[in-house]
Amino acid sequence: MGDEGIFLIIIALLPFVGALLPGLMIRAGRNASAVFTALPTGLAIVMLLILAPAVMRGEVIRADLDWLPALGLSASFFLDGLGLLFAGMILGMGLLITLYARFYLYRTDPMGQFYTYLLLFQGAMLGIVLSNNILLLLIFWELTSLSSFLLIGYWKHLPEGRQGARMALAVTGAGGLAMIGGMLILGNIAGSYNLTDILASGDAIRASEWYLPALVLILIGAFTKSAQFPFHFWLPHAMAAPTPVSAYLHSATMVKAGVFLLARMWPALAGTEAWFYLVATTGLVTMVLGALIALFKDDLKALLAFSTVSHLGLLTMLLGFGTRLAAIVAVFHIINHLTFKAALFMTAGIVDHETKTRDIKRLGGLRHLMPVTFLIGTIGALSMAGIPLFNGFLSKEMMLEEAAHTVWAGSAWAVPVLATFGALLSVAYSFRFIGHVFLGPVRDDYPAKPHDPPFGLWAAPGLLVAFVVAIGLFPALIVGPLVAVAGGAVIGDTDLPYYSLKIWHGFTPALWMSVIAVLGGLALLWRHGALDRVWTALPRPEAKTIFDALLDALTRGARGLSERMHDGTLSRYLAIFVVATVTLGAIAWTGGGVPAPTRAPLPVSPVVAVGWLMLIAATIAVVVMHRARFQALVLIGIIGLMISAGFIYLSAPDLALTQISVETVTIMLLLLALHFLPKTTPVESPVALRLRDGVIALAAGGAVATLAHTFLLQDGSSISSYHLANSYEGGGGTNVVNVILVDFRGYDTYGEIIVLGIAGLVIFALMEALLSSPAAQRLRERAAADEGVRSRDRHPLMMVVATRVMMPIAMVVGAYIFLRGHNQPGGGFVAGLVVSIALLMQYMASGFAWTQARQRIGYHEMIGMGVIIAGLTGAGAWLAGKPFLTSAFGYFHIPPIEEFELATAMLFDLGVFLAVLGAVMLMLYSLSRLARYAGETVNIAPMDYDPTERDDEAAARKDD
Amino acid sequence: MELVIATSIGALTAGGVYLILRLRAFPVILGLALLSYAVNLFLFASGRLAVNMPPVLDKYGDASYTDPLPQALVLTAIVISFGMTAVLVMVALGAFVESGDDRINTEEDAPEGDDEPTEAPR
Repeated sequence: MGDEGIFLIIIALLPFVGALLPGLMIRAGRNASAVFTALPTGLAIVMLLILAPAVMRGEVIRADLDWLPALGLSASFFLDGLGLLFAGMILGMGLLITLYARFYLYRTDPMGQFYTYLLLFQGAMLGIVLSNNILLLLIFWELTSLSSFLLIGYWKHLPEGRQGARMALAVTGAGGLAMIGGMLILGNIAGSYNLTDILASGDAIRASEWYLPALVLILIGAFTKSAQFPFHFWLPHAMAAPTPVSAYLHSATMVKAGVFLLARMWPALAGTEAWFYLVATTGLVTMVLGALIALFKDDLKALLAFSTVSHLGLLTMLLGFGTRLAAIVAVFHIINHLTFKAALFMTAGIVDHETKTRDIKRLGGLRHLMPVTFLIGTIGALSMAGIPLFNGFLSKEMMLEEAAHTVWAGSAWAVPVLATFGALLSVAYSFRFIGHVFLGPVRDDYPAKPHDPPFGLWAAPGLLVAFVVAIGLFPALIVGPLVAVAGGAVIGDTDLPYYSLKIWHGFTPALWMSVIAVLGGLALLWRHGALDRVWTALPRPEAKTIFDALLDALTRGARGLSERMHDGTLSRYLAIFVVATVTLGAIAWTGGGVPAPTRAPLPVSPVVAVGWLMLIAATIAVVVMHRARFQALVLIGIIGLMISAGFIYLSAPDLALTQISVETVTIMLLLLALHFLPKTTPVESPVALRLRDGVIALAAGGAVATLAHTFLLQDGSSISSYHLANSYEGGGGTNVVNVILVDFRGYDTYGEIIVLGIAGLVIFALMEALLSSPAAQRLRERAAADEGVRSRDRHPLMMVVATRVMMPIAMVVGAYIFLRGHNQPGGGFVAGLVVSIALLMQYMASGFAWTQARQRIGYHEMIGMGVIIAGLTGAGAWLAGKPFLTSAFGYFHIPPIEEFELATAMLFDLGVFLAVLGAVMLMLYSLSRLARYAGETVNIAPMDYDPTERDDEAAARKDD
Repeated sequence: MELVIATSIGALTAGGVYLILRLRAFPVILGLALLSYAVNLFLFASGRLAVNMPPVLDKYGDASYTDPLPQALVLTAIVISFGMTAVLVMVALGAFVESGDDRINTEEDAPEGDDEPTEAPR
């Protein structure tokens, strides 16, 4: 990737980085904010201009950065003719909009926010047109939906703005989802997610049986974005946005994204019948329908919105024709439409800004009051109508020429007639824009006194109409090369079909069609008043009502479903979940068939049989006796013990150690909890329900048992041979389980100790909240009520002494287990649990306060230290130039001790040890705080009475 | 031996599922404990069963070993499931202290003895 590639990446990133600036610079004023919006845009334009000559020569500039290569997702960008055209439009218009918006937005509008959204949107659009990876393109595609939502809903105080933004997001977002599906299919057909590869394998794509689904899904995405029928309705509602947004999103960028995609995918997808009938027909219908509705809209911006819908239909139709010439015409019209439509939107914005109304019926006669605006608006509208000498005429002529010899379903007349009709309507609404706004008598009832705006507001549309005229007069000179290179990129061929950009082509069919359109359009406008009354009287489906009803129905359906399934009854969710899982599993099971066993079963020794019997009996007993809660806990203990024994028998000493220590702390925890909870569970559920649950439980148990039994008798492949082979040489330990924990999968372990630490802190926080709530007071009262049943010797002498003696032993055992962990069963997890049990015994024997007073290191700190030590150990690998958590080890010999090993993994394990110890202790400590709060007496001395006192008494007696 | 482990997993699952469908918090916690056993055992068994082959390397010979990876995964799972149980216990305890009973369902004024509609939600 050369300098050019780096430029390309910078261009793609600049708007996103730049988006931070205006929001900050607004503190320095509105001008500063605008300047710092223009800065990144301008910089990107300069870079684009540096790259432009190479692209105009026909080169394609690429930049590739690997991102997630395993998914086929790379941050690849490329710039070809089409990309250059669109990038230029996006950035250039971005600059003009920045200028226009500076003068358009009101003093009360948060301008920094606006510019930030604008740059975000600009970046997303740039991303679409520069992406060379369809997955990346999809990401940017979704980003345009999101950022346009922010822009359309910018005037948050307007309900129309919020509704319009939601509608736009719903429609384009849903289309985007469809497109993700389509693009993934496309990538699978082509075998690559790289756009250039996909475009090169057009034949294979069109021949694939998945072509049609992919096409339909991608078209849904493109049509929703480009507001094609029947998804056209969102665009007019998005007009509630400030006019700069409308001019940017709805003339130059967002709605063109769909057209861009059609153009981009043209070499891969176009040329089939399905493409022609789907795309061309949709485009044609949209063109005519949009123009028809536009003619009868009284809102200036709505008129322009539907005219945009109509022109987008025109572009779609051209691309849908599937001929190379039509595709080039489409490119040309994209440029022309941008210039006149953006100018017209800005004109509408100026009119709105100065007269405080956009209602055409309240306007008229503005040509004397706003001459400059009149000039700009008129040039734009004439171009939109397709009047000679303006650029709209040129592309419309070429469009009609293409339409004239397009055969639709055997009819040579359908497309030309409808295209002419569309053009006729277009003339009518364009002249209406001029006639009903600027011409006619001056009125005296404008909501505000209109006058021409300051230069800043008309500079941008002025520049655009200058282009309109210049392109209209000298098309080949000004945009000829750009059209050629962009058109070449669309059709995927540098060898262009013959066309010429000029005003006079002779007496072609297109010219006559144009003449009919202009005359018919004028006639229509002449009779507009009468037609308008008919139109208003006609029953028409209102898209917003339908959309709202559809959305309502969907919401109701979703709510109904979730309320049925999720009605706050936890047992119901769980039952649904278990039943669904078992059912799905059963379906999969019957579909797959049972493979024959490939392993011989191991023999069952009598001891195992006894253990099994105990486990099964204890499980049944827990279920049967679960209402007696203490007994159930004892039985659970038996199960845990049997499982630990099973682990030992089945060559898992580490698991056995862990299980048995976890078992101990779990039982203690549950005992602590049971201290406050009711001691028995009442009979509540009816027999039928219990029977139902029993059936569900047996089904689940049977399914799991069958599954386990089946796979246990199959040979499996495992990646463990790698761990076994490298444990000693790579990890420096012979206990492979421990080496996996602290080395091979150290990152997982690191995450797990953090989770455990968080669990401890959550419990602590919950307890804090609980203790400060009024509910805790009730607990205190209740505890006071049953004070009488407590044992009077709660800290028995024997136990205190025994735990005191055992404490150092337990500590030594913990240290021993910790130290041997790397080579023998043991390690940080187990050691942490063992030491916490030793500490817990002190709490139990000598009481909470006594032990707490001797606890020097807080448990919070212990968790934190553990995570930090583990993290620093991992980060230490960076110093050695290795990846995070690479361990190092060495063997040392200090006489007279035997040779011993030191490994950084041990340091990591120390972190694990501390985090586990801290978390377990914090959990149990938090629970026991509740006991203390509930009126447990606080003992300062280790025992309930002082044994030394008795000795004194005895000594005193002896003295007597 | 395989049958022993499979039936143990099955029994623990069945018991666990039955208990988590109860209406009070404590049996649900017990049920989750049983389910954790079942799941841990299931994961462990995915490395296939082996007797007398602990994955501790023997310096003096080419012994064969059982699969260490499921063991490592289960080891952390055991510890994490303790953390999870503890959080659940805390939540249940909080709910009990706040509301005065340890029902798990949030239906308002549910009649005694019929805490749940009897039709099976299938």
